[in-house]
This record gives sequence, structure tokens and C-alpha cells, in this order.
Amino acid sequence: MMGINWFKYSSPATFYPLAGKLIPLFYTLAALFCVAGLYVSFFVAPTDATQGEAYRIIFIHVPAAWMSMFIYLVMAFWAGIGLAFNTRLSSMMAQALAPTGAMLTFVALWTGALWGKPTWGTWWVWDARLTSELILLFLYIGYLSLTAAIDDPRRADKAGAILALVGVVNVPIIYFSVQWWNTLHQGASVSLTRAPSMAMTMLLGMLLMALAAWMYSIAAALSRVRLIILEREKHTTWVQEMLERKP
Amino acid sequence: MNWGSWSAFWHMGGYAFYVWGSYAVTLLCVVGECLLLAHRRRTLLKTLNQMHRLGNQDGNETPT
Repeated sequence: MMGINWFKYSSPATFYPLAGKLIPLFYTLAALFCVAGLYVSFFVAPTDATQGEAYRIIFIHVPAAWMSMFIYLVMAFWAGIGLAFNTRLSSMMAQALAPTGAMLTFVALWTGALWGKPTWGTWWVWDARLTSELILLFLYIGYLSLTAAIDDPRRADKAGAILALVGVVNVPIIYFSVQWWNTLHQGASVSLTRAPSMAMTMLLGMLLMALAAWMYSIAAALSRVRLIILEREKHTTWVQEMLERKP
Repeated sequence: MNWGSWSAFWHMGGYAFYVWGSYAVTLLCVVGECLLLAHRRRTLLKTLNQMHRLGNQDGNETPT
């Protein structure tokens, strides 16, 4: 693969400084996409014909909802790799992703409620889409609680991985719920098979904000995985040498 | 350009509470996460440096 030795980077000692170099880059990208996305969302995208200005919640709600599902899949993937191959760094990565995923799931639910009130007349309904997204939040919280409750990190990784993998079934349920059941929630905003049903500028604002959320999630997860690495490797020689160099 | 004035912008066609309520809570969540991460990093490095200065008296265990 292009002369890059991927196995080299699967060791925490090598990955730690690499992540440190990447973090500022991803925070910068997140900020740039966010500024561009907010500009398009508020000053370029037109007023919606039916929902007026209330629809502008979409520029947070849809990216947060997408990322809440995507992060769960990535988290379960790394947890599963860690379980199957006993690779420490992948399990640490899964644990680093969970809080950010939980935060974005909460944001998706919160913005959904604030959008639902003016458009549907209610903050919350127990329909398939909303309920399965709430279950996603409980899965994140369950994963975080379970891994935090077990003292031995390797056992915590294994237990967490099993929970994460079992919960994967919920993600397609969230995604397809609007097609499978008769829900109050509207259908998919973006589809690869249909022509876009919204103005191009609205779509652009949503995609820019989604990219911002994605870059932010990577930056936050990399920041957190560095802390987890330090916590778990504090007795190793490389951490001690690093503390020697820059206390 | 959608807005005649700043007051029209903040008014959001009467949906100010819902729109700004969404954006404000999102901002709080993101800023909150960044602050928590920074705090966790500071306290962790402080602890590790203290341990290191004390010559790692709890011994060099095998890494878990």
C-alpha cells in the first residue's frame, strides 16, 4: 500500500504522535466547513415555501442525525476488530468515538423536537424513526456505562464490543424506518436514486454542515483516543520517555 | 440575501425560539465537549508528571 506500513501505526506508541499532528488539521477543516456551511444556511439558502424559516434547523438536525448513525457503525467496526484480532488500539478508538456519538445523537433528538413543535405541533411522538433514534442514544449510554463499570480495560473492551455489535441492528432500523412504517417523520432528505427534492443551495448548506460535523467528530475522537492511550500505557517506557522530554 | 435587517434575522420569521434554541444547544454541546477534553488532558498530564517525578513508585507493571 504505497509504502506505508499500516501495522506500524496500529501500535499506540506510534499512533499517539501521529494523532497529535492530525488533530489541528481536522479542527481547522471543521471550522472552515462550519463557517461556510452557516453562511450558506442562513444567507444563501432561501426561505422554505411551506415551513418558512423553521426549516433552517435542518442544517444541524440532518448532519447530526447522519453522524449519530455513522459514528455508531464506525465504533462497532473498531470494537469488532478489537474483539476479533485483539488489537488494543482499535478498542481504544471505539471507546473514544462513543461520547461524541452520544452527543450528536442528543443533538439530533433535541433539534428534532424543536423542529417538530412548530411543524407537527408536538415535541415528541413515539413513531419508529424517533423511537429508534432514542434507542441509539441508550445504546451509546449503555456502552459508555458498561465499559466504565469494568475495571480491567481488556475485559471492558470485550464486553463493550459485544454490546456495540448487538446494537448495530438498530442503525438500519433508524435509516429505513421512514420507509418501513407509516411515520410522522418525513422521508430521506437526500437519496442517491432520486433527484434532489430541495433547492440546491439548501442541499449545499446541509452537505457543508455534514462535512463540518464529520471533521469535528474525527478531531474530537483523536483527541480522546490520545487520552485513553496515555491512561492505559502510563507505565510503559515510551510514555515515561515522553514525560522526560516534555513534562 | 434573505434578511432586510439584523432584527429580521434574529426574528427568523417568528421561529426564533426554535431555530436559535437548536443552534444554541448544539453550540453548548460542542464547546462543552471540547472543554471536557481539555480539562481531562490537563489533569491527566498533571497526574502522570507527578507519578513520573516520584520515580514511578508503584513500579513498572506490564502494560495492560
